[in-house]
Amino acid sequence: MKETLNRIKAEALEAIASPETDDAALEALRIKYLGKKGELTAVLRGMGQLSPEERPVVGQIANEVRAEIESAITKKKAALASEALDAKLIAEKLDVTVPGKKTKVGHRHPLTLVQRDMEDIFIGMGFSIAEGPEVEYDYYNFQALNIPENHPARDTQDTFYITDKILLRSQTSPVQARTMEVQKPPIRIISPGRVYRSDAMDATHSPLFHQMEGLVVDKGITMGDLKGMLETFAKTEFGEDTKVRFRPHHFPFTEPSAEVDISCFMCGGKGCRLCKGEGWIEILGAGMVHPNVLRNCGIDPEEYSGFAFGMGVERIAMLKYHVGDIRHFYDNDVRFIEQF
Amino acid sequence: MNLSLKWLHDFTNTDGISTKEYCDRMTDTGSKVEGYEVLGEDISNVIVAKVLKMERHPDSDHLWICQVDIGETVTQIVTGAQNVHEGDIVPAAIPVAHLPGDVTIKAGKLRGVESNGMLCSIAELNLTLHDMPEAIEDGILILGKDFEDKVGMDIKEALLLDDTVVEFEITSNRPDCLSVIGLARETAISFDKPLNIPTPTVKELGDGDKIENYLSVKISDPDLCYRYAAKVVKNVKIEPSPLWLRMRLRAAGVRPINNIVDITNYVMLEYGQPMHAFDYAMLSGSAINVRRATDGELFKSLDDKDHVLDSTMLAICDEKKPCALAGVMGGANSEIKDSTTTVVFESACFSGPSVRVTAKKNGMRTESSARFEKGLDPENCMAGLLRACEMVQLLGAGDVVDGTIDVYPTKPEPTVLPLDVDKINKFLGTDISYDYMKSVLERLECKVEGDKITVPSFRADLTCMNDIAEEIIRIYGYNNIKSTCIYAETTQGGRTPKQQFEVDTEHLLYGMGFDQIQTFSFISPKYYDKIRMDEDSKLRKSIVISNPLGEDTSVMRTTALPSMMEVVARNINFSNEDVRLFEMATVYIPNEEYNALPDENKVLTLAAYGKGEDFYALKGVIENVLESAGIEKAKFESYSGDKAYHPGRCAKIVTADGKELGVFGQIHPLTAQNYDISIPVYAAELSFDAIFDAADMTIDYKPLPKFPAVSRDFSFVCDEEVEVGTIEEIMAKAAGKLLEDIKLFDIFRGEKLGAGKKSVAFRVILRAPDRTLTVEEADKVSNKIIKDLSFKLGINIRG
Repeated sequence: MKETLNRIKAEALEAIASPETDDAALEALRIKYLGKKGELTAVLRGMGQLSPEERPVVGQIANEVRAEIESAITKKKAALASEALDAKLIAEKLDVTVPGKKTKVGHRHPLTLVQRDMEDIFIGMGFSIAEGPEVEYDYYNFQALNIPENHPARDTQDTFYITDKILLRSQTSPVQARTMEVQKPPIRIISPGRVYRSDAMDATHSPLFHQMEGLVVDKGITMGDLKGMLETFAKTEFGEDTKVRFRPHHFPFTEPSAEVDISCFMCGGKGCRLCKGEGWIEILGAGMVHPNVLRNCGIDPEEYSGFAFGMGVERIAMLKYHVGDIRHFYDNDVRFIEQF
Repeated sequence: MNLSLKWLHDFTNTDGISTKEYCDRMTDTGSKVEGYEVLGEDISNVIVAKVLKMERHPDSDHLWICQVDIGETVTQIVTGAQNVHEGDIVPAAIPVAHLPGDVTIKAGKLRGVESNGMLCSIAELNLTLHDMPEAIEDGILILGKDFEDKVGMDIKEALLLDDTVVEFEITSNRPDCLSVIGLARETAISFDKPLNIPTPTVKELGDGDKIENYLSVKISDPDLCYRYAAKVVKNVKIEPSPLWLRMRLRAAGVRPINNIVDITNYVMLEYGQPMHAFDYAMLSGSAINVRRATDGELFKSLDDKDHVLDSTMLAICDEKKPCALAGVMGGANSEIKDSTTTVVFESACFSGPSVRVTAKKNGMRTESSARFEKGLDPENCMAGLLRACEMVQLLGAGDVVDGTIDVYPTKPEPTVLPLDVDKINKFLGTDISYDYMKSVLERLECKVEGDKITVPSFRADLTCMNDIAEEIIRIYGYNNIKSTCIYAETTQGGRTPKQQFEVDTEHLLYGMGFDQIQTFSFISPKYYDKIRMDEDSKLRKSIVISNPLGEDTSVMRTTALPSMMEVVARNINFSNEDVRLFEMATVYIPNEEYNALPDENKVLTLAAYGKGEDFYALKGVIENVLESAGIEKAKFESYSGDKAYHPGRCAKIVTADGKELGVFGQIHPLTAQNYDISIPVYAAELSFDAIFDAADMTIDYKPLPKFPAVSRDFSFVCDEEVEVGTIEEIMAKAAGKLLEDIKLFDIFRGEKLGAGKKSVAFRVILRAPDRTLTVEEADKVSNKIIKDLSFKLGINIRG
């Protein structure tokens, strides 16, 4: 009987292992050997004829054979399933170079992009965003800023007038005056927005452009603070290695005043086409708020001091993204906008 | 201001300093250098030569063969010029020579005869008849006998062309630097060099004649004229100025005219004091009156232009007429001519704003008015006047009559400011010593005694501590200030909720495929016609710019839709397909009251065209925007009141409490036609302000449902005119508290339904928060929905 069992085992294992054996064949084998009418079952039925001594020995062998066949079937089943899955997956192979199904995503206008960047830098330094009207009183645009009527500084900003008292603001600085009138120090604001000057449109001029003004007023504000803050701004906006240079200048609403250059971020200051060989690029004007301006807005210059700065958004966008013609910003060709 | 370095060296020196270093340091100390030019840089190997012998060219009827002495040797040059004679001194370009305009002169043969160079005309040396009045235009420059001893000398040296001109951008607060002396002062302090400004001296004539025999001056309007000084020069001989003077004017960019006019210009450039010279013979009477012009008074200026004066303008008048527009320009009637024999030199100080307005009104901005309008120093008048007379004597241009007229109603008191070292250091963030501050201020010609600074009269810009701080720091060096962090109360900063909502809305729109645009705030009034705005629409009343660049940009927009349409049209023209655009635009709504500012409202415009775009696609976008604002119950009402849009495909958006949020729809084909657009375009103009006002951004978590929902599907047949919104409203009311959601899932039209009919299908989702709904409950709601729709709209379940 032992021999029969071993024969069954050998036959069964061989049949299961055969590469011809598929899922259906495997099931047939299971029935053939392990089923109720199967060969192994038949052998076990014949156990009664064995002697009581032989019975446990043969029984054990029979159980082992059964277990082995069962295990072989299970393994074979798993192997077959795995093969089938592999085959299926291979059949499902995709061409990964076919373009993806995109949801169209819109693009920021480059001026907004630059403006938001700059806003975020100053917000991080405790600034709020102040807003003011674009159609503005002459008073806020000029007089409050220490530019009386017939002051020569008015010539440098050809202004659009609505009436003799109302104009299109030629700078974002009137927001300074408006803010100081209603808010007492500490003041830390930036004011981005549109400004207007009577310049005909060409590659570098536009009658409408964007500026961003900054103002800090508090006790004990120094010119060193102005330098420190603008250096932080420049490093964040243009890169950690950016150097900042201050040149004396004149603005009626600040004293001392400065024009501020940054080291060229294209060439690092060696001199290139972007910086016209200078190594430096002028990006903003700044200075300590003129005591007359503080006084005009009801802030005592003996108690408080402050600084202000202003820069052109278009200019920075043109420098950063190498846009050669300011008109692109207002043509709004999506082939342009979608590059940002 | 163009500064000749040679001229500068009359007062200070720049020894051992390269031009580049000079320019950089001057910029650093506050006199911004725009650039510099080495004069005659493009001329090389042009030599002063003497023509020794001339022979006709054997093969030409116009060429001459000249033997020319060029100092060390004699060389042969062939010339075609006919104005050269033996013995003439001429400029000769000796190979290899370079001339302006990239011309290179090499040795060669002219019709077989060797020519070792070229004789030059003034044009070939980039000179004009003004620079070289004795020369002729179409011939060789014949230098005078004075050049006899300069044969062999480089022409640049001989003609004093070897100069460097530095161009400064002088800010409006520093009119004192619009002069060689002012810049010499800045140079001296910037480089720690000595400064030497000689006091001009005029020799007495002593012939018993005196100025009172010629002239009296009255200032009738001392508010506009602070000082008027004059001297008279007789026996004047008008002739060209000497070469050195002409060349200095040329370097400064001023055209030489004649000795008297050149002197006035020279003094203006050197001292910064504008001067004027009258032909005494042309004055009516001897009394000069400095007065406001009368309205309608006529005046012809030196440049032969006629002007009608008014009483805001100050004029220098004789007994009958205005002879000069104060500080702006002289009159044609008293212009210096070749026949002039007696000259009145005027050196005056006029009110800056008055000169500025007068120059502007008459459209003549001159070198003189540009200086006066910045506010000049009345103390400078006399120095200028004496310098002019000194030059008359130097040039032998005439006899300076003894005596000076000087009407100076109120001599201003000098400004005295405190020198508070601690305050300045605290303000600048520096630690500069008193001694350093004192030495800077003294070299700027301030008088410093203890803590008292007396400001020189030419520095009217120094009025407060900040000004003094700037003087000190610009010499000390802006870049030597240590950068610091603000040490002060902290501020919170950040965006306001509305500013943040704007940023968030932008991002939402980017996510939905919208590109952002930025358009001009000013438009043409014709833009309103293009969007077919009603003739009597209030929005046609815009803020009008009184001095626009052109009609295209002449009014402030009251709607941003036309700007958007222009951009849409442009992109269609560029063949850009499938475009979605938005703008956060400002519109300007005028106020009734005169001199009141307009309301500046923020609007959100949207536009879309191309694949997949239709009314509902844009509506979905708007619904997303509203949802992001937490606006839940906005209604979309069919709207045909805006002719920009298709009357059947346009909606007005209204909040539950009746506030209008905007209008959107398909652009009317006739509007589209105005932009040459032939494809469907969908657009919206939403009030960003109203959306923000209606927004509710509070977030309050609601527990997730614990009990299952029941859903029921309905399909109704109704007339085409019945709006889905109306059906939904009735269904919602009928479902009451148990309603969770109504979803439209199909609209069907077909022959079976009949013409003018549609079938609409909804899924209604019902849920109770505290229990599982029973079939009976759900049926009750279903029945009520069916009943109400039948009762209120007469529509029934599709059979």
